[in-house]
Amino acid sequence: MSSPEWNNPVIKWVDSRLPVFSLMHHSTAGYPTPRNLSYWWNFGSLALTVLIVMIVTGIFLVMNYTPHVDMAFDSVERIMRDVNYGWLLRYVHMNGASMFFIVVYIHIFRGFYYGSYQAPRELLWILGVIIMLIMMGTAFMGYVLPWGQMSLWGATVITNLFSAFPIVGDFIVTLLWGGFSVDNPTLNRFFSLHYLLPFVLVGVVGLHLWALHTSKSGNPLGIEVKQPEDTIPFHPYYTIKDLFGMGVFFMFFLAFVFWAPNYMGHPDNYIPADPMVTPAHIVPEWYFLPFYAILRAITFDIFWFIPAKLGGVLAMFASILVWMALPWLDRSKVRSCKFRPVYKWFFWVLLADFIFLGYLGGKPAEQPYIIMAQLATAYYFAHFLIILPLMSKFETSVELPESIASAVLKKGDA
Amino acid sequence: MRKLMIAAVAAFTMSMGTAQAAGGEYHPDFKEASWSFQGIFGQYDQAQLRRGFQIYNEVCSSCHGLRLVSYRNLSALGFNEDEIKEIAAEKSVRVPHDETGAELNDDGEFFTREAAPHDRFVNPFPNDAAAKDANGGALPPDLSLMAKARMGGPDYIYSFLMGYAEEIPEEVSSQKGFAVNEDKNFNLYFPGYYNSMPPQIYDELVEYEDGTPMTAQQHALDIVAFLNWAAEPELDERKSLGLKVMLFLLVLTAMLYALKRKIWANVKH
Ligand code: HEC
Ligand code: HEM
Repeated sequence: MSSPEWNNPVIKWVDSRLPVFSLMHHSTAGYPTPRNLSYWWNFGSLALTVLIVMIVTGIFLVMNYTPHVDMAFDSVERIMRDVNYGWLLRYVHMNGASMFFIVVYIHIFRGFYYGSYQAPRELLWILGVIIMLIMMGTAFMGYVLPWGQMSLWGATVITNLFSAFPIVGDFIVTLLWGGFSVDNPTLNRFFSLHYLLPFVLVGVVGLHLWALHTSKSGNPLGIEVKQPEDTIPFHPYYTIKDLFGMGVFFMFFLAFVFWAPNYMGHPDNYIPADPMVTPAHIVPEWYFLPFYAILRAITFDIFWFIPAKLGGVLAMFASILVWMALPWLDRSKVRSCKFRPVYKWFFWVLLADFIFLGYLGGKPAEQPYIIMAQLATAYYFAHFLIILPLMSKFETSVELPESIASAVLKKGDA
Repeated sequence: MRKLMIAAVAAFTMSMGTAQAAGGEYHPDFKEASWSFQGIFGQYDQAQLRRGFQIYNEVCSSCHGLRLVSYRNLSALGFNEDEIKEIAAEKSVRVPHDETGAELNDDGEFFTREAAPHDRFVNPFPNDAAAKDANGGALPPDLSLMAKARMGGPDYIYSFLMGYAEEIPEEVSSQKGFAVNEDKNFNLYFPGYYNSMPPQIYDELVEYEDGTPMTAQQHALDIVAFLNWAAEPELDERKSLGLKVMLFLLVLTAMLYALKRKIWANVKH
């Protein structure tokens, strides 16, 4: 693609020295995009929007927040009660974290369904998984900041997990805590990292978009762009579609903020942290529940060298890291589940399994939930490590259309 | 297929709310109560908040603090400046030292002054140890955030206050591990059933000036409404701003949709 000719002399002068205008042109009007993207392709731009909302509200929260165990809880309440529109800032930030995960989960499962991870988009996909991991770290540490009961005890449970690693475990835990329990030094380092990580995210998101603009968007048919008729310019077609999606999304988001701001939170976090009182049930935020269920499902030693606790931690990390291997686990020539009559159903079973794991993660660790979580965990890994590779060998796919344009135009005629 | 996916997402969102309810102990459903501040258009009833404040002030405040609320906040209940000054002045707060720098008076006690509108509600006890000492070893929790800090919020507190029972129902006593505790009070809704707070709500607990019937039930509704205000003083403003923002977004989104249709009109996709 050649750069456009700039007529305005100022733009021309700047652009020949620092081609910001050409860059903007290349990523909008000059960016060819498949003409057949569905609304499931809106969730990337939504995720970026939430990231920006989180950074902006976060920066304003910090202006009134005090990272000290004796003052953090009250400083958040001061934001809620005495800072002008502080309640709005805080509720947007708090619910924004949940929205971030809703949007990103949909974005990821979109990828599972349409095989978005396949070549040549492996790095794009892996960067996405890294984004998810950083998001999880950020949200976990953010939840500690208001220093309520769940902040303290959630942090205690999760940081303790690292002690399961042989040799380095205790060292890591002490490093995380800055002492011998979750206390003021922990709050301070988590605050520091909670401020830092979103900006790391911005960087990784930048790489994610760079990779996207190199390999270009996939599409619901899962076939590559072959000819100019397959595409339309991103601007104005997808800018307006993304804007419309944002309108709908903000109505969903703000309905929680204005009418059910604590629906997704846990009431115990409105009790100030107290190291002497352990809550009856320690549950992480809802978006961690599927992984929490996997963590707790491993109640037995694996062979003689992996004790149960370590096994749980490894399983939990593996349940996300396995996504990175997807491009190589799925050897199917066909990307989109639209043309995969059998695998399609396994996708829905996986989604149901994941939701079921989330449900189990919120239940106490007792029977029958433990055995259910073990079965659901086994199925989860079987999906990626057994079903998917076998499927891509033995499934006969439906015949693919010639090109995007031919598929779209045929549909239009019918 | 698309419908299925939407249904799945909806199920996921809904399971989040229930995912966290846990514990096998038997408790009946919350007692039915309706709140003026419920629902999309719901707002506080100022007269009710004032009655609730009266109960807090005359009854609960002898044991429970409300440390996150300031006297000046009472203007939201319709009290004027002089009234607020008067309410505050009934309490006294400790002063670190007098003009001469002395920390204790001639009797060896701390200096105090009358509380002022900018002060937070004064705690009934100087510290937790004193509070426990006066309550048979149990700490009466601060009530500022109580309405947000319990599953069920106002419905729970209402049921709890009205949930003291003479008779222990079969469903409770038949549970494994249940034991009668003579020293404490049986409450149907309290986790573990036995509670250190004696029943608080009776008919004619306080004298209402606005002619509202002085039944136990009415008192309970009023104090809970007040506690909800203490926990969420921003609720009225939040909901009315919410309506405006939603209306704006609705119009904006409709226009964006129309524009999207127009731009895409000639593109087969
Ligand atoms: C005589 C002192 C006393 C008075 C007066 C009193 N309370 Fe309590 N309250 C307590 C104590 C002590 C506890 C702690 C009970 C326990 O943990 O077993 C408590 C606990 C509570 C709880 C927490 C229940 C829970 O789920 O943990 C609420 C709510 C409550 N009181 C409301 C009120 C209200 C409303 C009033 C006024 C109508 C009131 N109390 C008056 C002593 C008192
Ligand atoms: C990736 C983006 C982010 C995520 C997912 C995230 C997540 C969270 C979460 C879950 C909480 C706890 C909310 C609560 O229960 O009160 C929180 C609190 C907080 N965050 Fe963030 N955050 C993000 C970005 C930021 C940024 C960029 C800043 C600052 C520049 C920031 C500053 C704060 C502060 C000060 C609090 C404590 C106040 C409070 O609890 O409301 N956050 N964050």
